Amino acid sequence: MIKIQDVYKSFGSLQVLKGINYHVKPREVVCIIGPSGSGKSTLLRCINQLEQVDSGHIFIDGEELTHPGTDINKIRQQVGMVFQLFNLFPHKTTLDNITMAPTKIKGISRAEAEDLAMRLLGKVGLQDKAHVYPSNLSGGQKQRVAIARALAMQPKAMLFDEPTSALDPEMVGEVLAVMKDLANEGMTMVVVSHEMGFAREVADRVLFMDEGIIMEEGDPEVIFSNPNNPRTQAFLSKVL
Amino acid sequence: MVWITGSLVFATSFIDSMMQIRGFRIVVQHMPSFMQGALVTLEITALSVALGMILGLFAGLGKLSKSKFIYGLATVYIDFFRGTPLFVQILLFYFGILPLIYNNGVFSSAIIICALNSGAYIAEIVRSGIQAVDKGQMEAARSLGMNHSQAMRYVILPQAYKIVIPPLINEFIALLKDTSLLSAISVMELTHRGDLVYANTYEPAWVWGAVALIYLVMTKALSVLGDYAERRLATE
Repeated sequence: MIKIQDVYKSFGSLQVLKGINYHVKPREVVCIIGPSGSGKSTLLRCINQLEQVDSGHIFIDGEELTHPGTDINKIRQQVGMVFQLFNLFPHKTTLDNITMAPTKIKGISRAEAEDLAMRLLGKVGLQDKAHVYPSNLSGGQKQRVAIARALAMQPKAMLFDEPTSALDPEMVGEVLAVMKDLANEGMTMVVVSHEMGFAREVADRVLFMDEGIIMEEGDPEVIFSNPNNPRTQAFLSKVL
Repeated sequence: MVWITGSLVFATSFIDSMMQIRGFRIVVQHMPSFMQGALVTLEITALSVALGMILGLFAGLGKLSKSKFIYGLATVYIDFFRGTPLFVQILLFYFGILPLIYNNGVFSSAIIICALNSGAYIAEIVRSGIQAVDKGQMEAARSLGMNHSQAMRYVILPQAYKIVIPPLINEFIALLKDTSLLSAISVMELTHRGDLVYANTYEPAWVWGAVALIYLVMTKALSVLGDYAERRLATE
């Protein structure tokens, strides 16, 4: 589904990714954990080309998105992204935030898009907020709308970049619940998160990244209870 | 009742005694001419800002362009018109450049020059407005699959437009005052009318005082309008 081959990435003289190889299989939920500055978010942003790789290849469903001739907009339509700071469009209502991309990009009718948007809002439990502007939503509500907005393009996979890091603690649960539902429906997901509980419970695979490489990868039970790598052990002993 | 009639009597007698003053009489007599001049000032300002906004939008976007050529073109344009005096631009274009292109009249020349000038200032307003929109907005739009121009059109510009309104009103006010320089090429705007009246009557304090007051009323009205727009946008 998502194949990452030998990916290198630097910002100036700082090398952030030093040869990443990984294959996310369809319907798999992969959680990436690791200390800050380890390159987790950069890797995620490379997967939909918000950052360009210096070398290496990334394939989504067999299509190489690091190839210069690829229509990156087409591929992004198939991969939803959820950001740490939500990035809702403040000048649009909740409903219009969700319908914008399907109507403007896919050209589906307004009525059809609103229908879809209301269904998605139902799914994230916010149908009553359809006509509200983002400034009147709580953080947890904003993030749930952001998830609905990404789902409106009916993506094949979803990327989550620390989706709960900017939330007040009491709102983390509502967002994780939506993500869990999504995982149970079989969505392919890559999640960068500090929510170890979520990683342990929902993820199929857990990646531990540090210093720009994947230090350890495996089943969440093994990673959390019996990590091999001393770096993983040190990291987990600090956060758990 | 007594108060109203009292103040009416006072007002008429006040005006009567003012009319004894030559300068005041001259200002009152030429008021229709001043008003026509003020109208021309407003027309030139409004048309120039309208055209300047179109120019400024393109030049401002050009300043953000990845293409070296477009960026360079926008930079040369903005630098020239912000880096040289408007007065010199008026002389250069009216006498030097526009006659090479067409049989230029005074009014159309005035609008072309002022539009080019305000376009350069508006370009910088547009550029800073766009850059003031949070970077995450562009990323969110692109991550949904929009191309760059769709993201600009549906996400960035509608937000930049609110940020841009207060400085745009300032630019409007600045240009309104600067149109007085057009008197040098005999555009029949307010300052030139004042100049004509002054030359015939030699009442500098009264004539230029009246002209200044009319400018003040116009700029004040615009800034009140600007404050209103700003408040409206802030509460949305």
